[in-house]
Amino acid sequence: MNFGLKLAAIAAIVSSTSFANAETVAPDDVKLTDGVIAASLTGEEGDPEEGALIFASKKLGNCLACHANTAMKDQLFHGDVGPPLDGVGSRWEAEEIRAIIVDSKAVFGDQTVMPGFYSLKVGLNPRKDLVGKTILSAEQVEDVVAYLATLKE
Amino acid sequence: MFRTNLVRAAILASAASICVSSANADPVDQELVIDGTLKIVTKTAAPEGHPFDEVLSGWLFRTEETRAMEADSFDNPGMLRVEEGEALWSTVEGTAGKSCASCHGDAAESMKDVGAAYPKWDEASKKPINIELQINKCRTEQMGAEAYEFDKGGQKPLTAYIKNQSLGTPVAIDLKTGEMQKWWEMGKETYYTRTGQLNLSCSNCHEDQMGKNIRADHLSQGQVNGFPTYRLKQADLVSLHNRFRGCIRDTRAEFPKAFSDELMALEVYVTWRGTGLSVETPAVRQ
Ligand code: HEC
Ligand code: HEC
Ligand code: HEC
Repeated sequence: MNFGLKLAAIAAIVSSTSFANAETVAPDDVKLTDGVIAASLTGEEGDPEEGALIFASKKLGNCLACHANTAMKDQLFHGDVGPPLDGVGSRWEAEEIRAIIVDSKAVFGDQTVMPGFYSLKVGLNPRKDLVGKTILSAEQVEDVVAYLATLKE
Repeated sequence: MFRTNLVRAAILASAASICVSSANADPVDQELVIDGTLKIVTKTAAPEGHPFDEVLSGWLFRTEETRAMEADSFDNPGMLRVEEGEALWSTVEGTAGKSCASCHGDAAESMKDVGAAYPKWDEASKKPINIELQINKCRTEQMGAEAYEFDKGGQKPLTAYIKNQSLGTPVAIDLKTGEMQKWWEMGKETYYTRTGQLNLSCSNCHEDQMGKNIRADHLSQGQVNGFPTYRLKQADLVSLHNRFRGCIRDTRAEFPKAFSDELMALEVYVTWRGTGLSVETPAVRQ
């Protein structure tokens, strides 16, 4: 399957499943303690393949804007605002990675520039169409968690 | 592990041979001399109370080709727009039958170093005024012509032409007149306030992460001494308030109107942050 087709197929899966799961934890109900979110936000395991696409997509995770990732060396520009994520799956448990992605500020402190991807603690005057919305959905967060777990030393 | 290997395989399969490319992480150590004669201050000691020890022009953060383009006024595509501004300077418009030149004569003399001191306090409106708004003031009050709308008509070329009369002159604004200091404080507040869904402030990118790469962009101090700048990406002059709005939009926030109090205050504050840098208008940027 070429990349475009794969994207389209995945977009279809994402849109058909996004609100299907009744187990999904709302952003304000997420239990983050001691830098850990123990349970999956959706009650299910994420899909690492989708996670990789979300990681690279400028419209979704855009993680590459700030993090280099050797596993994605086909992508042209990798930022260096945050640390490279090579081997991140060996440095952190999935429960910790989930907490970092959901609400980086609760883990690294308020000063971090990393956005909270499943948090409603946002800046002033968010764009009108984004009010009350998180950057990623619970499913997308789980997919990225699953992808990062594949980045072993 | 089966799934993991599948993903690895998929990623490897789609990986082209291009290496991970990151631009150089530090500003270059180089002098900018335009046309081999005009020395431009691109690095200087910061004024008192500034978060940095040194203020650095955005020029130092751009690629070699972009830097070279600015160093040669024939290669600088922004100079064509400056020439348009020069033509507008002596174009008669409005009911009074006057051009800018009717009152101000030769801009090389009357406008020399004027742009380096803007924004300044405007007693009549009790607000800071920038070059764009001063042009509109003269058009409406002196010429009987209509104000230019934001970024429209001759606004960008005429602003660039006037600022270009200060090329090489260090930026120095006067915070002592009127309520400039109060507007500086307002601008500072905005500069450090996080906006939008991405929850980022100007300082997060241009102060905390200065010198780092955010995807393809090498983060500078976000200085304003080159505006209007010629942006290669847009192949056109870009005004300062357009740039401000773009940076705020990128945090996924609603952005203020051009020349609103909020953006005028930001202009006062950010211009002060570049005190001592030469005016580079029209600077060339990516
Ligand atoms: C605006 C820049 C930015 C973006 C975008 C960003 N991060 Fe981060 N990230 C950081 C910074 C900076 C740190 C270092 C923590 C700190 O602030 O001290 C970090 C730390 C991390 C860490 C811990 C790494 C380690 O080895 O210690 C992980 C994991 C991480 N980010 C994942 C992600 C993922 C996944 C995404 C996309 C969904 C993402 N980041 C998007 C800036 C960013
Ligand atoms: C009828 C005469 C007249 C015309 C025509 C005129 N101006 Fe002015 N201009 C003035 C006067 C008087 C001032 C000072 C008072 C003020 O700020 O309005 C001034 C001030 C300025 C200043 C500020 C100078 C400084 O030292 O801060 C600029 C810039 C300027 N004009 C640009 C223009 C431009 C551009 C045009 C043409 C679009 C123009 N003017 C047309 C009379 C004129
Ligand atoms: C997400 C990061 C980010 C934030 C937040 C941000 N900017 Fe920028 N800004 C950039 C990037 C990237 C560029 C282009 C590269 C460079 O010069 O840093 C840029 C460029 C600029 C420039 C042009 C610099 C030049 O040399 O021409 C100015 C001025 C500027 N920003 C001001 C601001 C102001 C004021 C704010 C806050 C309202 C702000 N920026 C917020 C990323 C950001």
